[in-house]
Amino acid sequence: MDNKINNNLLKLSGLEPLVFTPELNFVNIGERTNVTGSKKFARLILNGQFDEALEVALDQVRGGAQVLDVCMDEGMLDGEASMVRYLNLLASEPEISRIPIVVDSSKWNIILAGLKCIQGKGIVNSISLKNGEEEFIHQAKTIKKFGAAVVVMAFDEEGQADTYQRRIDICKRSYDILVNEVKFNRQDIIFDPNIFPVATGMDEHKTNAIDFFKATKWIKENLPGAKVSGGVSNVSFSFRGNNPVREAMHAVFLYHAIQHGMDMGIVNPSMLEVYDDIPKDLLEHVEDVIWNRREDATERLLDFAETVKSTGKKEAVSEAWRSDSVAKRIEHSLVKGIIDHIVEDAEEARQELKSPLKVIEGPLMDGMNVVGDLFGSGKMFLPQVVKSARVMKKAVAYLEPFMPKAGDADFNESQSSIKKVLLATVKGDVHDIGKNIVGVVLACNSYQIIDLGVMVDAQTIIGEAIKNKVDIIGLSGLITPSLDEMVNVASEMERQGLKIPLLIGGATTSRIHTAVKIDPVYSGTVVHVLDASKSVPVAGEAISEETRGAYHQQIKATYAELREAHQAKQEAKQLATYEESKANPTTIDWENYKPVKPTKLGKTILNLDLEVLRNYIDWTPFFSTWMLAGKYPKILKDEVVGEQAQKLYDEANLMLDKIIAEKWLEAKAVVGLFPVLRSGDDLTILNENNQETSTQFHFLRQQGKKGKGVPNRSLADYLHPDEVDYFGGFAVTAGLKMDDRVETYKAAGDDYNEIMFKALGDRLAEAAAEYMHEVVRKDLWGYAKEESLDNDALIKEAYKGIRPAPGYPACPEHSEKITLFQLLDVENTIGVSLTDSFAMIPTSSVSGFYFGNPDSKYFGLGKIGEDQVESYAQRKGVSKEQAEKWLSPNLAYNPSLNPVME
Amino acid sequence: MNTRTDILLQQLQKKILILDGAMGTMIQRYKLEEKDFRTSALEHHPKPLKGNNDLLSLSRPDIIRAIHQAYLDAGSDILETNTFSSTTIAQDDYDLSHLAYELNFESAKIAKEVALAQSEKTPDQPRFVAGAIGPTNRTASISPDVNDPGFRAINFDQLAEAYAEQVRGLLDGGSDILLVETIFDTLNAKAALFAIQEVFEEKGIPLNPEEGGIPIMISGTITDASGRTLSGQTTEAFLISLSHVPLISIGLNCALGAKELRPYLKVLAEKAPFYVSAYPNAGLPNEFGQYDQTAKEMADQVEEFLKDGLINILGGCCGTTPEHIQTIAEISKKYKPRKLAFAIEE
Repeated sequence: MDNKINNNLLKLSGLEPLVFTPELNFVNIGERTNVTGSKKFARLILNGQFDEALEVALDQVRGGAQVLDVCMDEGMLDGEASMVRYLNLLASEPEISRIPIVVDSSKWNIILAGLKCIQGKGIVNSISLKNGEEEFIHQAKTIKKFGAAVVVMAFDEEGQADTYQRRIDICKRSYDILVNEVKFNRQDIIFDPNIFPVATGMDEHKTNAIDFFKATKWIKENLPGAKVSGGVSNVSFSFRGNNPVREAMHAVFLYHAIQHGMDMGIVNPSMLEVYDDIPKDLLEHVEDVIWNRREDATERLLDFAETVKSTGKKEAVSEAWRSDSVAKRIEHSLVKGIIDHIVEDAEEARQELKSPLKVIEGPLMDGMNVVGDLFGSGKMFLPQVVKSARVMKKAVAYLEPFMPKAGDADFNESQSSIKKVLLATVKGDVHDIGKNIVGVVLACNSYQIIDLGVMVDAQTIIGEAIKNKVDIIGLSGLITPSLDEMVNVASEMERQGLKIPLLIGGATTSRIHTAVKIDPVYSGTVVHVLDASKSVPVAGEAISEETRGAYHQQIKATYAELREAHQAKQEAKQLATYEESKANPTTIDWENYKPVKPTKLGKTILNLDLEVLRNYIDWTPFFSTWMLAGKYPKILKDEVVGEQAQKLYDEANLMLDKIIAEKWLEAKAVVGLFPVLRSGDDLTILNENNQETSTQFHFLRQQGKKGKGVPNRSLADYLHPDEVDYFGGFAVTAGLKMDDRVETYKAAGDDYNEIMFKALGDRLAEAAAEYMHEVVRKDLWGYAKEESLDNDALIKEAYKGIRPAPGYPACPEHSEKITLFQLLDVENTIGVSLTDSFAMIPTSSVSGFYFGNPDSKYFGLGKIGEDQVESYAQRKGVSKEQAEKWLSPNLAYNPSLNPVME
Repeated sequence: MNTRTDILLQQLQKKILILDGAMGTMIQRYKLEEKDFRTSALEHHPKPLKGNNDLLSLSRPDIIRAIHQAYLDAGSDILETNTFSSTTIAQDDYDLSHLAYELNFESAKIAKEVALAQSEKTPDQPRFVAGAIGPTNRTASISPDVNDPGFRAINFDQLAEAYAEQVRGLLDGGSDILLVETIFDTLNAKAALFAIQEVFEEKGIPLNPEEGGIPIMISGTITDASGRTLSGQTTEAFLISLSHVPLISIGLNCALGAKELRPYLKVLAEKAPFYVSAYPNAGLPNEFGQYDQTAKEMADQVEEFLKDGLINILGGCCGTTPEHIQTIAEISKKYKPRKLAFAIEE
């Protein structure tokens, strides 16, 4: 039998053989499983998603790769461990492991680790004479013992071969050493004679392609058995961003390289045009460059490239800013709120800086500081800043998995200088738009935000603060009972020995409340923050090591002064007694007033049409949510914020369209109109037979000393003093189904849309209240059947009657909501419930009372005296202490300083 | 031309060399008890040792010697040492890792003594000792944990270290050949070859037998009808993966009978630049796990590939006895060995 074995063939194996017969022509090395070549693969590996990373290999095999290049050279990786893990997993996938492996690393230890995992005959990529012959020989001998082929770079002690002569000299020298000294199998030697870019504009690069072709030919003719390989995409490096030109260059280069004897190479199949499909004019220009056929070949191709850019078939051509440095690109994305490129840019920066933390503290924070400066100087507005924050969040979310974990060797380095802010809406309160905005604004100013959400009890706040070693705690609340809860949190912090500065914010909070109630119970720094933009300097001073001591003293002194002044004012402040106040009620001409009996008494429950409610939206508060000051619609034309306001308005309406069309929210209302009998400052609900029920509402009366002819008002004044009158209550919500979408936004880190969505929910709830009030006036109660007011007039409250809400100035005592909710059976009729602190859930809800008297007016209760509180407590059947707690913001006295003497 | 390697190379050109048959099958005939496996030093060894056949080289060298002799009498040219499981890794099951070197050394020494004595009796038929290097009981390419395909119970370095210890014992005991056998995972075999190269360097032994090196035989195991090794390689991939060392032979053994082995031997015969070996089982096991192919039946099947000139070295694996060996030795005399493939330079 004729046993001829062709020893000139390179033979590799995975589970199956790969013999480089002439028929193979060119062997394609799959390189997507290379962390330096594929961002996707790098991300998967860095995330430890090895299973998903196997898919990349599978795609390569299915895409026709005949050899698989695996590279784990990445600063953040344990290259050895990753190589071993990945190759071991590959071994378990027969479809992948049927092809040979290229163990690719610039690190010898990783190459060794890889060689120890492959049962087949693979390729080592690469070794060279870079560090001299001794190391080269040692490495070649070792590779030989493992039975792998080897890629030898045209590289020696002097550097990379960049001319034809250097290429062949180094390859010859390497070959001779391998064959004669190491006894390396000649067919297992693969040269990479360096594919370098052409058309770079530099003269010395003009012959890069030609030199490679010539060197390849020389190697194949003069070094028996040796093969030639290379990374083709290098050649088109100077045309990054112009794929049509790059694809053509790859095709032309490969075409000629194979003609000259190139055996294998790394080519991304999706970046390769078919040689014959290259348009003739482009082909000519590319050939000119590859072969350096004309002096002006590069310029001509560059000019021509401009014209083919837009015909890019696989990728839209990048905008100009995309060619800036990565730091500039990140800044651009942040300032402009562009989210599309941030992950790739963050990844590039991470590769560049070798550390995810450096990316966050470097380009990302630099960019956010630009945003912060622009915001601070009024050149950017909150909606834009929130969008910037969204971009930031996405980048950070991408980088986070790369951060060293506790226990990692480089964990300590990750202990960054970034300050941490803990934010929480206190227990009993569910409002968080404001808190979220503070979070965004602080995040824009280099703070890390730990947001505990809403309804957070004191112990959780304290526990998380300690656990996360936060630098500052921010408490938020919208409803008045939250004020007490904040005091509670502060005293718990004191009791547990915390010294962390405390920021107080939210609609009901005030500097004076903070000074009088919170500051005295906590020895750490306590600061009231008026709005989000003020949170930045306050947090900065309270935290910074240089300023915090002085700031602490200064703020404590300021608050102490405020307290003293307040105390003095309290003492000086002239309050009428409750009796005197009752004697000075709102004057209403009851003689000529006949109470209007509602058309429909009792409860009415309605599903509301969002499309209708939309027309009732009062947009001004919407803009103020976004910290854009001005009245709608004038704000849209405002010199300073007009452009932003218009943009925000447009986006809000776009979202509204979707909310309505896709039923993201549902709105419902329950109203009840009842006969009532007034008794002093209380009222009793009557049943259909005008008999008293047990349901009573209790109102409060202004006690400030008034000038002549100015009444001490109470809502009770708007009811007939001794005849049956009518009164109503309502609850509306537009927040049903809100949570689902909010969760989606939260999960996506999309503050902008979350805030937008919630703000619109609130607006729709207010609109629902406005709409229902109109329905009541014109129809259900019907005391103003002829009313005809446009939305502007409605907003200006040009109608008769009022709808004050418990917890708001005229009736600031929230617990009345319990009575209202029971009366209307709100929870069962429209699905709105109350928290312990009488906040409504969903938050986009409004409840209140209807007073139909034409003389009824909104007013603020102001401070009240102990006498009224005692009366109120007694009328409501609660303890004085309970009433004081509920009425705490309105007390004209400090109950703790005036213990009740039994 | 008078070193034992030279003599072996000469013999390989002349005839089909005959390996021995199964060691285990022969040991079973002795109906040994636990005490037979205990040397005086192991009298109080806490683990049961019965079944650790390699240990008999220390506790009952008489039996091992007798079995070797029986195969030589049957016509074997090459004896395999009783060291299939004499690695630190395989002996770990008996807590006898520390005996690895001694087991290899003593087993090689016993076989060598018997072989040399026989060579003197039959000067025309020199006998050789192949130090048997088994696969160990762990795989470097396959995870034993179905839930974690990336897990490995053993790695390359651990295998190479264990193999190096075995190779030193086998060489020091006088092995003429090293036989890496019953390879179900090529990576294990690569580790063995790596260890052999390291030990050769250590001892100044040339790798190439033409230069006087100790010849290396490779024998893989095709585990099923798909024609692949347990670790999934085709025969040709298996050949390519282990061709980086100038082997004296490559072949297949175990798992299949002669008939089933033939297509894969054909691949090796066509592609391998080395001599080709085969030592099949005595057919496929019956439903009791026993091999009941008679010597005649096996010889008839073997004759098929002898006719095709596929073989240079022939023997028997599981279930084969001196009777089988004697029969195939007789038949093989009628056939010429496969001509060694020669390399062409284009």
